[in-house]
Amino acid sequence: MDGFSSWFAYVGDHWSDVLTGTLEHARIVAIVVVTATVFSVILGILVERHPAARAASLSIAGIFLTIPSLAMFALFIPLVGIGNPPAEIALFLYAILPILRNTVTGLDSVSPAVVESAKGMGMGNTQQLLQIRLPLAWPIIMAGIRISTLITVGIAAIAVLVGGDGLGGFIQGGLTRLGLPNSYESVWVGTIFTVALGLVLDILLSLAQRLTTSRGLRI
Amino acid sequence: MSSEAKIRLDRVEKKYHGTSVPAVEELSLDVHEGEILVLVGPSGCGKSTTLRLINRMIEPTGGKIYLDDEDVTTVDPDKLRRRIGYVIQQIGLFPHQTIAQNIATVPRMLKWDKARIAARADELLHLAGLDPEIYRDRYPKELSGGQAQRVGVARALGADPEIMLMDEPFGAIDPITRERLQNEFLRLQAELKKTIVFVTHDIDEAIKMGDRIAILGERSVIRQLDTPERILAFPVDQFVDDFIGAGSTIKGLNFEQLSGLRLGGYPTIRSDQSPQAGLEALNESNKTWLLVVDEQNRPMRWMREGDLQQSTGSYQDEGSEVRIRLNAEDTLFDSLEQMLQSESGSCCVVDRHGALTGVVEMAHLRRAIRRAQVEARRHYEDLEDNA
Repeated sequence: MDGFSSWFAYVGDHWSDVLTGTLEHARIVAIVVVTATVFSVILGILVERHPAARAASLSIAGIFLTIPSLAMFALFIPLVGIGNPPAEIALFLYAILPILRNTVTGLDSVSPAVVESAKGMGMGNTQQLLQIRLPLAWPIIMAGIRISTLITVGIAAIAVLVGGDGLGGFIQGGLTRLGLPNSYESVWVGTIFTVALGLVLDILLSLAQRLTTSRGLRI
Repeated sequence: MSSEAKIRLDRVEKKYHGTSVPAVEELSLDVHEGEILVLVGPSGCGKSTTLRLINRMIEPTGGKIYLDDEDVTTVDPDKLRRRIGYVIQQIGLFPHQTIAQNIATVPRMLKWDKARIAARADELLHLAGLDPEIYRDRYPKELSGGQAQRVGVARALGADPEIMLMDEPFGAIDPITRERLQNEFLRLQAELKKTIVFVTHDIDEAIKMGDRIAILGERSVIRQLDTPERILAFPVDQFVDDFIGAGSTIKGLNFEQLSGLRLGGYPTIRSDQSPQAGLEALNESNKTWLLVVDEQNRPMRWMREGDLQQSTGSYQDEGSEVRIRLNAEDTLFDSLEQMLQSESGSCCVVDRHGALTGVVEMAHLRRAIRRAQVEARRHYEDLEDNA
């Protein structure tokens, strides 16, 4: 019980820092997810019907995810300096695979008969893509975006190590003075608000998914 | 046969890369305005490929395609396809769009105004036998297979194309619904008079739907192209004969109405005449059965010689009852079915008041079949002589 009350006291004392940290964290996630979505969906559309390019891009995006995050974040410091940019680039690379994979899978899942009938009625390739294939793949693409968002929220806590913002600051601050007063509280603030941010974003995206998915596709 | 060619394929060929044998070999074919031309053949013969060459879903590698004498071999394929209705077996309705939106696909591409599109969608739903109030805003997943196929046809009719291509449109539907959809479609076609190319692998469907049938062999080579009657009466070679299969003679009976038969006299007596008069009438003819008719000449009972000899003259419950009466519009096939069930082996034909106009016997059918065969053979002999 003592732990809880001291945690709440800590949050109360540092409320404005917590809020700032959460908003900074959310901002990084938003930038990363939006750019990764645009990039991955376009890439997915381009490679979907070309087996070699598709296999290559999926493998490369998969390799990004296996690079340890500590190293990945540091790798971009020589290129873009310290601060948020190296963190955002690293997170962007992590966020690609789920969206790319789901874009390709989503486009694959569109029934060939539907595409055939669209083509047979005189829809050009762009019309087929924008009016038929993307709307039908959309729920699956959205699922990929949600996974990427959750991954990004969690890993973004490491941004602090390369001089970035976000809730990672509370965790790192607590770890460096572990055992001292309020150190555990600080770690828990970073952790819990990160998790909470992830949950909130996921709920918002699931609402967005519902609103942007045709009633004809809902189960 | 005098009508203009609405669609003309002139030595159209499809050769796939790296194969020496073409999928479709130099096919020339005229489709007349307002007819249903059925392409039928064993699977793999290239009939679907041939159909898809017409709207250039598959680009031909040789030859020319004309619509209304206009060469469309090199026009923008998307624009070409908007002029041609296209129905496929799997239908391919857009699941994320409502029924009305699905039907409006081509009108929307042609940039019709909203009110006209909405009115057209309702009109087509009516035509397809679906109440617009109920179905307009539904999604494809809420439809049964038969309803979805109706919507598929309505969608193909969206911008009122003059030409329809249908690739096994009723192939994936249960037999009972299929028959209903076929009948509905034929009724619709009688009104709309579209020029239709229809692909099926089912010879019975071809016979039912086709004004003319092209029986295709390998590489889409036309083995016989003619009306169903003539193909059934005179298959030109073993391939066609094998393909139309057993029972072609019986199937051919579907194409002739009883009105086309010359029915000779048949012994009858009115119910107020004596059995003795009946026996005399029966003896005068060389038939086994006699018909008792009422005052309005409506056939009542079949009587044999023995029945008449034992008759009390009331004719109630004597001989056997006339159960089935056919009309002049019924087909020979209908009459055959009734004759097989009837004890007398014959079948009464009546006018719309129910009065007897004649009796169909097996000999009539035999004669009609022979006549059809002779006519068809003569037709092909004439063709050969002219060639």
